[in-house]
Amino acid sequence: MIILGISCYYHDSAAALLKDGEIVAAVQEERLTRVKHDADFPNEAIVFCLKKAKVSLKDVDAIVYYEKPFVKFERILETFFSQAPRGFWQFFRSLPRWLKEKLYLKKLLVDELRNIDKTVSRRILSDKILFSEHHLSHAASAYYPSPFSKAAIVTLDGVGEWVTTSLAVGNGEKIDFLKEIHFPHSLGLLYSAFTYYLGFKVNGGEYKVMGLAPYGTPRYVEQIYKELLYLAEDGSFQLNLKHFDYLTGATMIRKSFEEIFSQPRRLPESEVLEFHMDIAASIQQVIEEVILKISAEVHRQTGLDHLCLAGGVALNCVANGKLLKQGLWKNIWVQPAAGDAGGALGAALAAHFLHFKNQRAASSADSMHGSLLGPEYSAAEIETFLNEQGIQFRTYEENDLLVEVVEKLIDQNVVGWHQGKMEFGPRALGARSILADPRDQQMQKRLNLKIKYRESFRPFAPAIAKEESAHWFDMEGESPYMLMVADVKKEKRHALSVEEQNLKGFKALQVPRSEVPAITHVDYSARVQTVDEHSEPLFRKLLLKFQETTGCPLLVNTSFNVRGEPIVCSPYDSLRCFMSTEMDVLVLGPHLIEKTKQTVSKEQFERVFPLD
Amino acid sequence: MSFLSEIWMFLKVRKKYWLLPILITLLILGILVVFAQGTAVSPFIYTLI
Repeated sequence: MIILGISCYYHDSAAALLKDGEIVAAVQEERLTRVKHDADFPNEAIVFCLKKAKVSLKDVDAIVYYEKPFVKFERILETFFSQAPRGFWQFFRSLPRWLKEKLYLKKLLVDELRNIDKTVSRRILSDKILFSEHHLSHAASAYYPSPFSKAAIVTLDGVGEWVTTSLAVGNGEKIDFLKEIHFPHSLGLLYSAFTYYLGFKVNGGEYKVMGLAPYGTPRYVEQIYKELLYLAEDGSFQLNLKHFDYLTGATMIRKSFEEIFSQPRRLPESEVLEFHMDIAASIQQVIEEVILKISAEVHRQTGLDHLCLAGGVALNCVANGKLLKQGLWKNIWVQPAAGDAGGALGAALAAHFLHFKNQRAASSADSMHGSLLGPEYSAAEIETFLNEQGIQFRTYEENDLLVEVVEKLIDQNVVGWHQGKMEFGPRALGARSILADPRDQQMQKRLNLKIKYRESFRPFAPAIAKEESAHWFDMEGESPYMLMVADVKKEKRHALSVEEQNLKGFKALQVPRSEVPAITHVDYSARVQTVDEHSEPLFRKLLLKFQETTGCPLLVNTSFNVRGEPIVCSPYDSLRCFMSTEMDVLVLGPHLIEKTKQTVSKEQFERVFPLD
Repeated sequence: MSFLSEIWMFLKVRKKYWLLPILITLLILGILVVFAQGTAVSPFIYTLI
């Protein structure tokens, strides 16, 4: 049985394909079109999935869209009538797209699918299309690939049809919902409102708020609870809607929101002040407190040992780390593509188990295959490409390649690392990564300003061989998808003078806080990726080789892209990114390319991406 | 036709029959919007506006 899952028309469109319940392929459209957060129909992603599974649309048994458009339209209508006449223009502006396209989504999907394969009739395609529910898709993406036969499930995001938060139980092939919180009360929208207030882009800048939070003091927590959010003991919450504009307007917040904090919204790209850091710290603490209460409630209701998480808010790895520390759960499994892209996978899984009633046998093996579900390129393909481009390169046997790369890293070179299948989800996990030596104090600044061209405050994450993580971080269990934050162990930290301890804001960055300063945030936290031998053997060997030579088993692992660019996918994307930044070395499969040895002009590779 | 039957199923399952007159109005509006792109009906639309 072959099932194709699709998510699109909001943000981060994607496609995923299951073959007899096995996840064969999944990719976000943005990686192929090179348009960040591309929301269009995932034409190229579907073509890739079909090609990977060696099937055509004719062979597909079901095509599952990740949410229900009618119910979403019902929400839009009811919201309009509840607020009218306020929000008339916003409603009026959104109507044409709904009336011309979105309401006839089935027809639209058939038209788009026929552009891929005209030999399949409209009738056949139409009969194959199913619609999941937004939060069911999230819950399915979290539970079915997890190694648990029974688990509690929490989904948290901005909004789907109506649901913004759901608590559920996964048991065998069944998912039963215990509780839902509905729009307009939304944890995701609350966090996005603060993202907007802090001058970052909604639906993308949220992780900047999370990265900014450790620089500040959470001095506005009380005000947030007093003016913006009512939180009950069981984790239920309500927003004070009079301060939010998203019900009726085109922005997230109203003037009264700014008045609560006596400061106007920060303008994008303007200076980040201590106030902004304090606001980020405050909303981060509030979000964590809400999530911890929800976790306690679902644990109380289910009494289960395992928790699965999905939805955009589940990408808040700091909150996930706190959940782990809460100690209620033996295991926590977070879907690596927790945002809407993962909805494509969840929709397909939900159809497989709930609609077609297939049996599920939980497996301890990672059915997400390390989230390495995207395109890959053979050494021969890459070699031909490099020759065509006139690039100077050397080809190595595996061990020699690792020795050479480690030498380059020790010499403080920044290395682009492109190996095997591309990751599905927002994190680079060692297939499309930029790697660097974490022991260098200047590396964080250099990577931010000269390689990634992004804000200097943004932290970097470490990748570490799984068995070594307990020696370096206060973390039990694993974090294969870089979705847990843990503190650097006390014995790895440097003692700070009183003066150094009192440094505030970005000045705190100047102080080396541990043996690995490039990945140690100012609060000693790090977003850890543990690497095991099954999912990424080559990357793990590189980490161990680096340890063998330096005694340090970690590398800085950041996504292979510049600010505003989707993570690279093809050898061309990697070469283009490499040539247009100050990256020193690029490893494409077994081929190693050094910037200093290139004679081709850099200009041909330059491309400007809109800032995110 | 399948679209209309799906809309009816949706209203039935969700028990949101009160949305029916609104949806009919919007669908007529939608049809006009689509036809308005062709020249034959445009003058009619313009007089409405």
